[in-house]
Amino acid sequence: MKLTDMTVSAQASALSSRDISSEELTRAYLAEIDARDTAIGAYLTVTADAAIEQARAIDAARVRGEEPGTLAGIPIGIKDNICTRGVRTTCASRMLENFVPPYDATVMTKLHEAGLVMLGKLNMDEFAMGSTTENSAFQITRNPVCPDRVPGGSSGGSAAAVAAGLAPIALGSDTGGSIRQPAAFCGVVGMKPTYGTVSRYGLIAFASSLDQIGPLGRSVEDISLLLPVIMGHDPLDSTSVKDGYVGSPASYTAGLRGRRIGLPREYFGEGLQPVVRDAVMQTAKVCESLGAEIVELSLPSLTHALPAYYVISSAEASSNLSRFDGVKYGFRAADASDPESLIINSRSEGFGPEVQRRILLGTFALSAGYYDAYYKKAQQVRTLIRQEFDRAFESCDLILSPVAPTTAYKLGEKSENPLEMYMGDVYTVPVNIAGLPALSLPVGADADGLPIGAQLIGPAFSEGVILTAAAHLERALKGAM
Amino acid sequence: MSANYEMVVGLEVHVELSTRTKIFCSCSTAFGAEPNTQCCPVCMGFPGTLPVLNRQVVRYAVKAGLAANCQIARYSKQDRKNYFYPDLPKAYQISQFDLPLCEHGWLDITLGETEKRIGITRIHIEEDAGKLIHSDDGRTYCDYNRCGVPLIEIVSEPDIRSAEEAVAYVRKLRAIMLYAGVSDCRMEQGSLRCDVNLSVHKPGTPFGTRTEMKNLNSFQSISRAIEYEYARQVAAIEAGEEIIQETRRFDQATGKTFSMRTKENADDYRYFPDPDLQPIVLDDAKIDELRASIPTLPDERKARYIRDFGLTAYDAELIVAQRETADWFEAAAEATTSPKTAANLMIAEVLKRLSAEEPVIPIAPAHFGRLSDLTAAGKLSSTGAKKLLGLLWEHDDDPDAVAEREELWQLADPAILRPMMAKVIEDNPRIVADYRAGKKKAVQSLVGQAMRATKGRGNPGVMQELLETLLAE
Repeated sequence: MKLTDMTVSAQASALSSRDISSEELTRAYLAEIDARDTAIGAYLTVTADAAIEQARAIDAARVRGEEPGTLAGIPIGIKDNICTRGVRTTCASRMLENFVPPYDATVMTKLHEAGLVMLGKLNMDEFAMGSTTENSAFQITRNPVCPDRVPGGSSGGSAAAVAAGLAPIALGSDTGGSIRQPAAFCGVVGMKPTYGTVSRYGLIAFASSLDQIGPLGRSVEDISLLLPVIMGHDPLDSTSVKDGYVGSPASYTAGLRGRRIGLPREYFGEGLQPVVRDAVMQTAKVCESLGAEIVELSLPSLTHALPAYYVISSAEASSNLSRFDGVKYGFRAADASDPESLIINSRSEGFGPEVQRRILLGTFALSAGYYDAYYKKAQQVRTLIRQEFDRAFESCDLILSPVAPTTAYKLGEKSENPLEMYMGDVYTVPVNIAGLPALSLPVGADADGLPIGAQLIGPAFSEGVILTAAAHLERALKGAM
Repeated sequence: MSANYEMVVGLEVHVELSTRTKIFCSCSTAFGAEPNTQCCPVCMGFPGTLPVLNRQVVRYAVKAGLAANCQIARYSKQDRKNYFYPDLPKAYQISQFDLPLCEHGWLDITLGETEKRIGITRIHIEEDAGKLIHSDDGRTYCDYNRCGVPLIEIVSEPDIRSAEEAVAYVRKLRAIMLYAGVSDCRMEQGSLRCDVNLSVHKPGTPFGTRTEMKNLNSFQSISRAIEYEYARQVAAIEAGEEIIQETRRFDQATGKTFSMRTKENADDYRYFPDPDLQPIVLDDAKIDELRASIPTLPDERKARYIRDFGLTAYDAELIVAQRETADWFEAAAEATTSPKTAANLMIAEVLKRLSAEEPVIPIAPAHFGRLSDLTAAGKLSSTGAKKLLGLLWEHDDDPDAVAEREELWQLADPAILRPMMAKVIEDNPRIVADYRAGKKKAVQSLVGQAMRATKGRGNPGVMQELLETLLAE
């Protein structure tokens, strides 16, 4: 078996027993990247030398008889909006093309402490705005399952790298579905944790009240190993919760027996591809066969989630991205004659069209005279959606839904129609609006072999319940497939 | 004509809080460092960095609010004020919009012997911006040291009606902030800056359109800017012009104000709650704890000085203006039987020796109390007291010992003074002639001469009596 085909837990035990070295494992992935990433385009930056150096250090520690941690020596890919000290962090934008942060994101510090080996930085939609990774200023990323299809986005590089075996696990970020949707499109597992459980320090902000870093991997077990490493309170992030995460996933052995699985009516309405609908309904049947009870329910405000999401996320983005003004770091327009033209030209030339569209949208929504009609109203919708989820979780333990209305579409197919692309986020954004944890699990494929994902949503801090249920479901589905 | 117009002034005062570190990161707030040596990725707004509120900022702001008689919000939040400027690294300032920490306060100002209450609309916390340095080489440089230095903005009601009232208000505000210990209020270093909003109207008619003058950093600038702008607005109205709502720059050199930009073109700040920060929640226990930590404030001290020491309101005001001097005075007053004498000496001789920046008195309050006792008992003349104070200021020591050593005791013994007075009469025949010709006031000149002859030590009352007796003989 190829090293890069092994599960993370198999790799970890082989490392621990010193059957393989981290350097071997790291070199195996670097070789895959070298051979195949030209065709896929998952990586923006490959940090081969640093990775090998780091892998050697872990190997040396093991040779000395130290036990540097379960995941020590396991390679990982990092979405390029997570700051890495000394390694350029671009957000796939011209604006930050040459930006090298002098600090690490808190998740990077945690990964270093746990001994994970960074392979490089992964492509994404510029500033995480998009659902196809086509908004990257530098390159497109192809779906490894089918090269003329998009990998999803914005964490398209992360999902594609994992799906193609160019990294065993990866970190992405999810503001409105940016981990779950590409995971579904590429046929891998991705999770958005409860808002506040993973520090946002060092994650270049898109929409601060929605952004959350999360893991992608090829199995539920793989991301279950990674998640505890990145979670935990961070004094550098005021929105980081002190004690939210309840136990480790392994402590939940109950599986699906006796669990009530909610199917919200609103998640199965107009616009949902029949093949996706069938796959999710089939998943519900598998849940039942595992002893779960299916509960039909309604979340009426979900229809307002998408517009509320685009108002809130764009409003926050318009402010968060204001700091990119060409004054201190990043792109600076060449022909500025005064501070005003310096700022205007730098932003007009440095940002791509989708980013500019969102900035304009958000600026408008916050403007005097429009604030109440847009931003305030969106926040009210947010409160309603939270309350409806709270009520829903009185009658069920987890919610099962599609991740995206369709399977992966063709490159270029929707890039001319932003509104249609925004519609694709309809099933994922309510989770961000309510701050809940949710996992995207591959549950089937369409006639072309394109993966279909199902989403498991739980109450805040129910990561353990979700991961355990997903693990049982995954096992049952593998048996069936 | 201008007598018909009343000015209406409201002030926004920015006060830098004396925290050791900045409001959202752990960089130093010390003044005067080399440019860009006190900043970090957080206060420079680098991508991915996040603010974490310095709790001390909230404590200081609440203390400031309590000292200014404000109601303290149990729930308050921080908002982003969005605008682009090279000295503002995030392109938004974290401030407070609709739920400030403190509201509905007031303070009383004294003008002569009359008092007036000025309302305080609100006090909120915010971060300072950096500084642009326009260099001789034609370039502009950014210094981010000041970014994230914590400020409170204190907004008054439009209750002020003259430049004197405005200055009295800022003086009082400054005194209160110094007492509360929340700021050093050094205007010359910019740790207390004042924006003036001013309009004019005829009493009984609605307020006029106001203009704003920003960043006035001395009492004199505040006063001059108000006087000039009042006259300008009145003249404009009299000439049939309309006042435009705008920001005007006060030029210290010319004493004039100049239009900067009209509010019509001004930024829409697009305030919204900062999603990176949690609401500020305070309970009664915390607020009571902070209230208890505030020392007795100037108004209360002033009332006590008037009541217990018999001081005039004016004199009491002078002593309470700074907390250090008031504390020192109170300690001295404990050590004397004549606090009134101590207050007179303090006002005449001590305050003038102090600088506003370093109000340190190098004399032990007990020594000053003793000095006051000796003066009140007539053992020291006023000249002697002044001399002794000067010596103690140079080198603090036991006042009795110094007076003895330097022979400063007042001479009041007629047996010693009589021959000296006879000599004065003998040496000043012309003054004596005047006196004898009916100019009774000429005796004062002789007392002056006698004072000189006794090297300032003679008791003027005793000497005058002796002189008059001798002249009558």
